[in-house]
Amino acid sequence: MSLAEFTDQWLSAIAPQISEGSGWLTDLRQGAVEQFATLGLPHARLENWKYTDVKALAKRQFSLPNGQADAVTLIKESSLGLDGIRLVFVDGIFSEQASTLNSLPQGVQVLPLAKNANAAKPLLGQVAAANFSGFTALNLAGWQDGVLIDLAANARLEQPVYLQFVATEQENPVLVQPRILIKAGTYAEATVVEHYAGADDAASLTNAVTEVELADGANITHYKLQQESSKQYHIASMHVQQQRDSRFTSHNVCLGGKLARQDIQVELNGEGAEVNLNGLYLGNARQHLDNHTLVNHNAPHTNSHEDYKGILNDRSRGVFNGRAVVHKNAQKIEAHQSNANLLLSDKAEIDTKPELEIYADDVKCSHGSTTGQLDENALFALRSRGLGEEMARGLLTLAFANEVIDRIEIPAVHDRIEDAVAGRLPEKFNLKGLV
Amino acid sequence: MLEVKDLRVSVEDKEILKGLNLTINPGEVHAIMGPNGAGKSTLSAVIAGRDGYEVTSGSITFEGEDLLEMDIEERARAGLLLGFQYPVEIPGVKNVYLLKAALNAKREHLGLPELEAPEFMKLVREKLQFMKMDSSFLHRSVNEGFSGGEKKRNEILQMLILEPKLALLDEIDSGLDIDALKIVSEGVNSLRDAGRSIVMVTHYQRLLDYIVPDHIHVLSDGKIIKSGDKSLAFELEKRGYDWVIEEAAQ
Repeated sequence: MSLAEFTDQWLSAIAPQISEGSGWLTDLRQGAVEQFATLGLPHARLENWKYTDVKALAKRQFSLPNGQADAVTLIKESSLGLDGIRLVFVDGIFSEQASTLNSLPQGVQVLPLAKNANAAKPLLGQVAAANFSGFTALNLAGWQDGVLIDLAANARLEQPVYLQFVATEQENPVLVQPRILIKAGTYAEATVVEHYAGADDAASLTNAVTEVELADGANITHYKLQQESSKQYHIASMHVQQQRDSRFTSHNVCLGGKLARQDIQVELNGEGAEVNLNGLYLGNARQHLDNHTLVNHNAPHTNSHEDYKGILNDRSRGVFNGRAVVHKNAQKIEAHQSNANLLLSDKAEIDTKPELEIYADDVKCSHGSTTGQLDENALFALRSRGLGEEMARGLLTLAFANEVIDRIEIPAVHDRIEDAVAGRLPEKFNLKGLV
Repeated sequence: MLEVKDLRVSVEDKEILKGLNLTINPGEVHAIMGPNGAGKSTLSAVIAGRDGYEVTSGSITFEGEDLLEMDIEERARAGLLLGFQYPVEIPGVKNVYLLKAALNAKREHLGLPELEAPEFMKLVREKLQFMKMDSSFLHRSVNEGFSGGEKKRNEILQMLILEPKLALLDEIDSGLDIDALKIVSEGVNSLRDAGRSIVMVTHYQRLLDYIVPDHIHVLSDGKIIKSGDKSLAFELEKRGYDWVIEEAAQ
């Protein structure tokens, strides 16, 4: 059945459960179903979806995940080893058994969403507009589980919150729709790691939405590591609203999926707000990896820095669109964007478009994109020490990725990502055992 | 060890080396000196295998093999290592990766197994200590943000670990203060061995106070115009190059 049919049926199936004492949620979902009916799946005529074709999804059969699959080994093997505050989701459904939620400091709540939907009422759907895209509407209509991370004013989480999403192999592809909500009060600080991995033959559609709200002076670091199977569709959007002097840092590493699309939308609403967007995508085979970011400078003295790097091999295709909009009266802002790509094969492709739209006059902005070659001098220097040409190219390719990876501040995550990237580079580079 | 015969090299159709001859025997330390533009850097570049240099005639053999037929990495694996005048910064490639990969490549060439991690680290730590370098350096990117002295020490560290048969040091003394020069020289001197040759290309006599060569050659206008023992360096220091060039012209 089609996604629309599927959503209708699914909504009517769960409607009785959620309507009990939670009328607001049913209304919210019902409204989103209507939005989805209007928007449908994004199509190539939409500027934002010009390069990414999701038609194939409309023809796919989907069923609902039940979260009951035996995933003990998968969970263990894919874990990043961040065990302090860890929420595990099997096919998008919270697994209490696999999760650890002890010793939260005062003022910090980390709640699985399905069981605590009412607590999410003030935030759910407030930052991410249902009509951002058909997928956002679909998620609001049919999210199954997720998390609410609520930080009171001045609350500080030393340990990262590790959200581990594991996709299992299912007879019929399942539609997994997580919702992640992060609310940071004044001067609150936390790090959140969103990690998607799964079985080699998992072929589901992940459609995730993350909403982040930062009050004055709040500081949130968000990691997203996507390493789903090469048969998975991974669609995700993250929506961030920042008040005065808040700081948001995103590290977005996209390695998996047959087709992956990540949107990041940031609203800088208060003076002194700052956002840093770091991204890395690495495509092999016929992977299609699309990253769209949008930063709205709605207030003066706001800063944005974006650095995305892509490595594309075989017949993979990358899409990058980074848009920064400086609105009228948003003076004294800084907006910098860069996107650099390495194409490792003649058949790989990148469509890159950094965009600046400026309606104020006192601003410092820069943007640029490059599709580059490796540094010939560095190549010579490495070969002059006896390294074969391919290995030298491999090390320099990894070095290119490391410019993004080295900004990752959690050592365990840094090392895992470096390993994962090295492991996905072409075998001829012969980096195994070296890195 | 190294035999350069009647070597003529052009860069962008301009002849830089004009029939150069040089023989380096095992165990010898040679210094090649000369004024700017004499062709010193071109000689290093051709021996190392850099692109953009056209050998129009002559030959270079290394241990009897035709060096000019060898790829850059083959030269290194065969035991010829160039110490760069301007060591290249390679952001994102950690020193430890480079050292490990280089040593493995050499050992594979010699038919030896890779060193186990503990042995490798022991070797590297020992050499680091000798070069008075901190071990945190291993996890820094190759030469990135290094001072001039640190870069040159790094070149010698690589030599100490890779133990080449022939070390070709291109202006290894440039940009060094006296303390760094001492450390670098101690490193080079520790490499001196009956089976190993060292060639220093330098502009300054100062280096030769610390690494005393067996032979000195004066390179001018693409040819070696005079060779002598270490006393030649003192004469050059005192009298400059002009008298040698005049003498050769006669």
